[in-house]
Amino acid sequence: MERYFQKDMECADRETMRSIQNEKFLRQVKHVWDNVPYYRKKMEEKGVTLDDIRSIDDISKLPFLSKADLRDAYPYGLLGTPLKDCVRIHSTSGTTGKRVVAFYTQKDVDMWEECCARAITAAGGTDEDVCQVSYGYGLFTGGAGLHGGSHKVGCLTIPTSSGNTDRQIMFLNDLQATILCCTPSYAAYLGERMKEMGLGPDDIPLKAGIFGAEAWSEEMRQDIQNTMGIKAYDIYGLTELSGPGVSFECSAQSGMHINEDHFYAEIIDPDTEEVLPLGSEGELVFTSLDKEAFPLLRYRTRDICCLSREKCSCGRTLVKMMKPKGRSDDMLIIRGVNVFPSQIEAVLLNQGYAANYQIIVDRVNNTDTLDVHVEMTPEMFTDNLGEIDRRQKALVDGLKSMLGIKAKVTLVAPKSITRSEGKAVRVIDNRKI
Amino acid sequence: MAIKQISVFLENKPGMLDAMTAVLANAGISLRALSLAETKDFGIVRMIVYDVYETATVLKDNEYIFSMTPVVAVMIPDVVGGLNKVLAALAKAQVNLEYMYSTLAGKESGNAYMILRVEDVQKAEETLRAGGFRLADQDTMSELA
Repeated sequence: MERYFQKDMECADRETMRSIQNEKFLRQVKHVWDNVPYYRKKMEEKGVTLDDIRSIDDISKLPFLSKADLRDAYPYGLLGTPLKDCVRIHSTSGTTGKRVVAFYTQKDVDMWEECCARAITAAGGTDEDVCQVSYGYGLFTGGAGLHGGSHKVGCLTIPTSSGNTDRQIMFLNDLQATILCCTPSYAAYLGERMKEMGLGPDDIPLKAGIFGAEAWSEEMRQDIQNTMGIKAYDIYGLTELSGPGVSFECSAQSGMHINEDHFYAEIIDPDTEEVLPLGSEGELVFTSLDKEAFPLLRYRTRDICCLSREKCSCGRTLVKMMKPKGRSDDMLIIRGVNVFPSQIEAVLLNQGYAANYQIIVDRVNNTDTLDVHVEMTPEMFTDNLGEIDRRQKALVDGLKSMLGIKAKVTLVAPKSITRSEGKAVRVIDNRKI
Repeated sequence: MAIKQISVFLENKPGMLDAMTAVLANAGISLRALSLAETKDFGIVRMIVYDVYETATVLKDNEYIFSMTPVVAVMIPDVVGGLNKVLAALAKAQVNLEYMYSTLAGKESGNAYMILRVEDVQKAEETLRAGGFRLADQDTMSELA
């Protein structure tokens, strides 16, 4: 029997949902117009005022927001409420040195946690379950989101955060966890390690996994499901909008239901910015419908996917988005962390290297690896190996503090980095996903 | 008095050293001494050549990255304990040695030259001269048979 966390929303008929969206949308636009001068100015520049927005059908009149806007408005420019009403921030990578900081009021946190609770419930979670949250806790939204969702459902929550694999397995086994939340690559790694330790589905009663924050293939899903004896569910979200739980998979495992009573989705042509009809492939754009602290209208996610309103066997009527196929920008997701080549470039230039580099991403034993190849320059070269070693270490440290993940640095000969038609090939992604 | 060593950056991959020596051979560059220092990813080729200017030009034309490093070339008689005397003198004067290697040439004369990379070139030279050792200048190195 299919369970729902908020059935009236998750299974609302089309007309009811449309009217809820319409009402919330008009309120959200007014909230932004009244409280976010940055966006109001963008509207005015486009010649749009509040009077032009009569219903959600007028959404295409509104200007887009991009990651560049978030950078320009950093840190408070898109804030919709006084700071005294905010209770938390989370943060993710920006395109350059600046990070994106998203603010939450208590109501925003509740809404976000309810979205995650819907995902956990769709994966079969109830207050009888033991839910281990192995996403990182901290600025990253993964840990906090699923943790809050797990509380809302009433699961016994094990907040292990990421890392320390043997301890993770000890808790899974000793406390007989039934639901696991983490990145899919970490799930695969945990599965392998469990096998090595002689622990299988008969020892640990895990029944479901909620895996997101990075791309994974159908083959990887099958592998994880077989190794752990569970059903593996995808979850999608972005910090700018709240975090995981913007959309989630149900028992049908064929696309993720968007919580469209909170997030209104459009698909656009990334080049012309024209809205595309339902079913077309294009860039996903979200408008928050009831956020207080950090309301975003028409935020360009850069994720390429398509939407579907085909009837779902789970009974939910929420629109589904298919697994994103790629991105319309150069952002990489490595071990669940957003990485932009421009961030790496900023560190190199800052430390005196030339901008001749190549980023090589691979997946070894289910873990993403990041190798930055940097061309040696006459300025950085010295006959002293110890000195080169020191500079290389400084670069590794600089990248770690910029990206939040460890990268390997390899110094290579000048002009050795592949160039195509004179333009350096910046990223080589060898992951099979 | 110090002589110039050319240090070249090479990736630590098969064929890299061969490619560089081929470039030098084609340009008629003669080597007097050569030593390799390596890490996992890259290496530094250190060499003493017949014509420093010519070698630098050829390397530059072929887009190699290199630097010039002052080193001391000291003549060592080909007898037991020859090297130890030099090192003992430097140790006594507290001159720190970073690395050293020997020349290929000079055998016929019964003498070898050691190439020394030291922290303080001037102090090393003064110490060695005071100890009665013979130091080679750039011309001597170039003319080694």
